[in-house]
Amino acid sequence: MTTASSADHPTRRDFLFVATGAAAAVGAAATVWPLVAQMNPDAATIAAGAPIQVDLAPIAEGQDIKVFWRGKPIYISHRTKKQIEEAQKVPLSSLPDPQPDSARVKSGHDQWLVVIGICTHLGCIPIAHEGNYDGFFCPCHGSQYDSSGRIRQGPAPANLAVPPYAFLSDTKIQIG
Amino acid sequence: MSGPSDFQPSNPALKWIERRLPIFGLIHSSFVAYPTPRNLNYWWTFGAILSMMLALQILTGVILAMHYTPHADLAFKSVELIVRDVNYGWLLRNMHAAGASMFFFAVYIHMFRGLYYGSYKEPREVLWILGVIIYLLMMATGFMGYVLPWGQMSFWGATVITNLFSAVPYFGESIVTLLWGGYSVGNPTLNRFFSLHYLLPFVIAGVVVLHIWALHVAGQNNPAGVEAKTEKDTVPFTPYATIKDAFGVSCFLIFFAWFIFYMPNYLGDADNYIPANPGVTPAHIVPEWYYLPFYAILRSIPNKLAGVVAMFSAIIILCFLPWLDSARTRSSKYRPLAKQFFWIFVVVCIGLGYLGSQPPEGIYVIAGRILTVCYFAYFLIVLPLLARIETPRPVPNSIADDVLAKSKGRAATAASVMLALVLAGGLFAGSIQNAKAEEGGDTPPAQSWSFSGPFGKYDRGSLQRGLKVYKEVCSACHSLNYVAFRNLADPGGPGYSEAQAAAFAAEYKIKDGPNDQGEMFERPGRTADYFPAPFPNEQAAAAANGGKAPPDLSLMAKARSYKRGFPQFVFDFFTQYQEQGPDYVDAILQGFEDKPPAGVTVPDGTYYNKFFPGHAIKMPKPLSDGQVTFDDGSPATVKQYAHDVTTFLMWAAEPHMEARKRIGMQVFVFLIIFAFLMYFTKRKVWADAH
Repeated sequence: MTTASSADHPTRRDFLFVATGAAAAVGAAATVWPLVAQMNPDAATIAAGAPIQVDLAPIAEGQDIKVFWRGKPIYISHRTKKQIEEAQKVPLSSLPDPQPDSARVKSGHDQWLVVIGICTHLGCIPIAHEGNYDGFFCPCHGSQYDSSGRIRQGPAPANLAVPPYAFLSDTKIQIG
Repeated sequence: MSGPSDFQPSNPALKWIERRLPIFGLIHSSFVAYPTPRNLNYWWTFGAILSMMLALQILTGVILAMHYTPHADLAFKSVELIVRDVNYGWLLRNMHAAGASMFFFAVYIHMFRGLYYGSYKEPREVLWILGVIIYLLMMATGFMGYVLPWGQMSFWGATVITNLFSAVPYFGESIVTLLWGGYSVGNPTLNRFFSLHYLLPFVIAGVVVLHIWALHVAGQNNPAGVEAKTEKDTVPFTPYATIKDAFGVSCFLIFFAWFIFYMPNYLGDADNYIPANPGVTPAHIVPEWYYLPFYAILRSIPNKLAGVVAMFSAIIILCFLPWLDSARTRSSKYRPLAKQFFWIFVVVCIGLGYLGSQPPEGIYVIAGRILTVCYFAYFLIVLPLLARIETPRPVPNSIADDVLAKSKGRAATAASVMLALVLAGGLFAGSIQNAKAEEGGDTPPAQSWSFSGPFGKYDRGSLQRGLKVYKEVCSACHSLNYVAFRNLADPGGPGYSEAQAAAFAAEYKIKDGPNDQGEMFERPGRTADYFPAPFPNEQAAAAANGGKAPPDLSLMAKARSYKRGFPQFVFDFFTQYQEQGPDYVDAILQGFEDKPPAGVTVPDGTYYNKFFPGHAIKMPKPLSDGQVTFDDGSPATVKQYAHDVTTFLMWAAEPHMEARKRIGMQVFVFLIIFAFLMYFTKRKVWADAH
């Protein structure tokens, strides 16, 4: 076949080139998929992230414990009357991330605050019972959270996150 | 890469960069405008195939290193976790492991092509020697990579190969100690091999750049072996060579995919699914198939130092090839005698490979010695002699003349040669299985399994019954360390729901802790837990079982094999038969006989089994009729138990088999369509060149 004769059928020729190029693109994309997907958490890691149960009975009023779920520290605080009152009476308009205390605890279990202990600024772990608000203080960049885990002062943009959890009984919760 | 380019980009941004760093000109002159002889055949596409394989090995290797743990206690397990838990981990591992074999397969064709067409002759000596250096680096990299899974073959391969250096006079022992970092092969050895296995591929990539640079200075050789003289002799690299290489690559990928998706263990050794044990050497220790010819040379010489010297000389001698063969005619096409000796040499190499896989005894040793002499004679006697006595046929005046003289039948010849080579490769590779010489056990009968073949699937009912047999019988002594309860609900498994798996797990007591008081405690199993082992440690297991710990069963169906024999293993390559493990396990379970045959005695504390190598097995007959009852009405017979528990163990060893075969079929359909498209595109592009 000479150049002239192939130029007589430009569409057929173009179609072949486009089809081949498209097939190559599909093949490349399909190859890239597993190469990227392998970086997602593996099955063992996902299985290890199953819900955990925590017994609250040993935690006295005013105390708090730290448990780990999915590699994250979870603070469980048994709040005092004073802490609960403080958390409830703060005017929402004064908060950088307005949220009532009732939205951060389970109703009927006001004394239990369960939050993910990771500062919403850059991921450091705040220290409990420190700072000016009877809550948490992050030593990295000085963010301060109140007794409801809400941001009050400092560079953090949001309140400490509340993990998914439920009360199985009055003294037992399941996180996750 | 040769001299300044006159390439001028039109885009102003590219122009700006080009003035400061002429990289586009370099690419243009090296891979676009570069003149390539127009008569190159498909043997020349193996250069591109090798480049792709190197890139693919580096890519998959970097990914595997993200999940691998280079520690003697954890390496084997981490490889299993890659295969079982990492997303597409089985695919990546198969690609990397089979990829190593494909890399060597391609490099051998590339080397034989260079040998046949005299590509090492003036002015391409440095190009050739760089190639030999790449080959040596590949061998070192491949060897160290094989050590990383830390199975029995890894460990003993590392021991044997590092001990080669102990043959060096005076410094031998010190060199070996340096390699080991200890008194024997151990964790420090594994760590340094991992480090070097990660490093060397990049060194290879660097030498490949030099190799291509040297190639672009001298220009490519070609089947006629005459240099390109005028523009009529060449075509620009892009699109002509690019598209032809791409077609060659897509065909090679089909061959590669056959191993990745259907025969992932065909080229490996069953013993490497047994974790490294410094106390027991496997009965037949053989290297990977690509080292076998050199292994045969090593073994055929009865002196330690001389054997090692001969083995390394067999590779180093290639560096001297340009001077050993001083014939003026390059291509063997025009050298009637050299052509015949070349094919004899190919047969010698394949023969050495076959002998390397055989036990070092009797006729194999003698044949090995004869072929070793032939190997060296080819380089030291035949080639120098031929250069003096052979009368070559006249070579064409130019490449253009060669193209015109080409007959149409050549394509068919090339195809049949290709087919023969694939067959020979399969035979050669399969010969490794021959190494599993019988040790006095009957050959297990080949059974039909629901999971064999390209569309094989596990029989759900059989998996569930097999799980019951394992739970009620086998689990009293055998652990199943790599299987978690959650796996029972995985797709492609026994088909239980999440809730059923959780209920199954809850029946087990799992040791957990320490708790806040620092004490271990027991709790009901969760789906994330693994099947608990019946004994707390190997010593306890051995003490309770007459001195020998019952092996873990997670990989049993892949860790056992038996000799298939010639020509069966060649057919196995095409029929995808790879169920030696299940055949063996099933046969062992049914092979117990109450009384050994007349004249045979087995030691006290052992039992007679027809199929066990040596017949004396420590395990008493585990199954008897009626021992386990099935809800689905399947017969309560040993035959049924054996079949079901073997199916279950195959799934335990290869939990993603169904996904592998399903994706494999999709990949095959795609690759075949793509190869056809590439073929027609290549024809269209080349239509302009003729």
